[in-house]
Amino acid sequence: MFLFGHQYPARRRRQALALFLIRFSAALVLAVLGGILVFIFYHGFSAITWEFLSGFPRDGMTKGGIFPAILGTLLLAMGALVIALPLGCGAAVYLAEYARPGPVLTVIRLGISNLSGVPSVVFGLFGLALFVGFLGLGRSLLSGSLTLGLLVLPMVISAAEEALRQTPRSFREAAIGLGASRWQAIRQVVLPAALPGMLTGAILALGRAAGETAPIMFTAAAAYTLALPDSLMSEVMALPTHIYNMATSGTHIEETRPLQYGSVLVLMALVLSLSLVAIIIRARLRRKRQW
Amino acid sequence: MSEPAATLVGPAPRPLRPKLGAGERGVKLFFLLCAALALGFMLLIMIFLFQAGLGLFQPNEEGPGISLSDFLFNVSWYPSYDQPDFGILALIIGSMAVTILSASLAIPLGLGLAIYLSQVAGSRIREVVKPAVELLAAVPSVVLGFVGMVLIAPFMQNVLDVPTGLNLLNAGLLLALMAIPTVASLGEDALSAVPGEMREASYALGATRWETIWRVTLPSAAAGLSTAVILGLGRALGETMVVLMVSGGSAQLPHSLFDSVRPLTSTLAAEMAETPIGSHHYHALFAIGVVLFLMTLAFNLTAFFLSRRWKTMSSR
Repeated sequence: MFLFGHQYPARRRRQALALFLIRFSAALVLAVLGGILVFIFYHGFSAITWEFLSGFPRDGMTKGGIFPAILGTLLLAMGALVIALPLGCGAAVYLAEYARPGPVLTVIRLGISNLSGVPSVVFGLFGLALFVGFLGLGRSLLSGSLTLGLLVLPMVISAAEEALRQTPRSFREAAIGLGASRWQAIRQVVLPAALPGMLTGAILALGRAAGETAPIMFTAAAAYTLALPDSLMSEVMALPTHIYNMATSGTHIEETRPLQYGSVLVLMALVLSLSLVAIIIRARLRRKRQW
Repeated sequence: MSEPAATLVGPAPRPLRPKLGAGERGVKLFFLLCAALALGFMLLIMIFLFQAGLGLFQPNEEGPGISLSDFLFNVSWYPSYDQPDFGILALIIGSMAVTILSASLAIPLGLGLAIYLSQVAGSRIREVVKPAVELLAAVPSVVLGFVGMVLIAPFMQNVLDVPTGLNLLNAGLLLALMAIPTVASLGEDALSAVPGEMREASYALGATRWETIWRVTLPSAAAGLSTAVILGLGRALGETMVVLMVSGGSAQLPHSLFDSVRPLTSTLAAEMAETPIGSHHYHALFAIGVVLFLMTLAFNLTAFFLSRRWKTMSSR
């Protein structure tokens, strides 16, 4: 209870109204989120069968399963991480450990922060122009992974840099005090300490890459593949593009509706469970850490 | 190897930078290259976009190029006609309309959430609500677009008796839902960074909790909150799948909330797949990409410099 001495009823009333509106807006947003989750679960649950998860689409996608799409999404997302993780962590190490303030640093930071704001469809366009066209990779798993990797690169950099910045100075000082060189200190003391934080960032990037549609629409995704992808250069199906195709094009929109709900549920389950794992790791980290 | 301790024992916060030996320089160079590569991709995107986009304004085997003012200010977008029109004004207005509409919802709700998370909620509730907001941020845009198509659109058509449920309002609502988590989490960071002494001083002078929030905390965090709002709007502007699926797709100037519109992003996504490479249409789409890139660049630069100013101010 706040005791403020004289408090005019009008001020109290204004506060009650303001706090109510604030609590209401929070409740509203959460209710909408919850409503969407319930809606999707309710409609999509009936479509989830083992055959749905492991089979191929049949009959113009009105029956069958979505396994190639699930596999394609996993491959694309992991490919994106293979590209973004080393590059992003390397950039983060530079930004957090070696960089001196100055015009060069500002330009690099500016570039990375702008990269994070570029619309996903522009990444798709760029991927089309550079990987599919200029480098001649064609529509392929490789092109898609490269494009997605670029998309999540800023996320990985900022999460890794944050993790590195949070390790205490004393770690580095102690290592150097024991005779380590700069790189030895980083490699053997700082990086291992920052690793869980970097892991969290990687998981979140994985989730983001799995859910993106526009970057892979022109660079990797086919509406339908006859077989599972057998090389880096094959086209792949992917959950987001599969959902989009079923819902907007073709002649079987109404018939495939249950499958659409099911696919949406699978995609949501994938992305949200990745996010939940990252959130839980981060919370555990915070409780466990000794600094 | 390492260097004498004398260099490390100095006046308090000095950056920890011992001189680097030879192998050390190689390591530093490696990491610098990683960072430079990230920057390099940014530049590469600009180069490719501009190169392909500028092809619109030059003649090729299809016909003469169009002029920049025609491109930007013409309302008719008919790229597949025999005499194609490449005016994107209707598309720009569509993007802006959808973004402004989503802003009108996302700013109050997002800031309200930010205030709730940083000033009002108890710590137990906070531990639930904050991850929930992050979960909302993680929902893929195609899923929200799908919800817009199967839930909101039929609702508008059946209950509100509107000719089509795929319209400006639908897109605005869903984009607000996408922008709110960005505004809320960045805003919460900004509000939490306001020093406790200022709030305690306000209480000591007799202010109520709300008066403190409204007159002390919010104004102090103004720069950070503006950054949050700008980045949230930038996210709404650049969103593709939601607008592709629910905004209606008709490239005209909207006259009511229930009109169908076609923002820049959805134009790109919808038309890129079937456009022959090298045609005027192809160049026109890349030119749209340039416009989008520049618009989000403007948002990001503003936010970048605002947040720098905020950081230097709050460190006093």
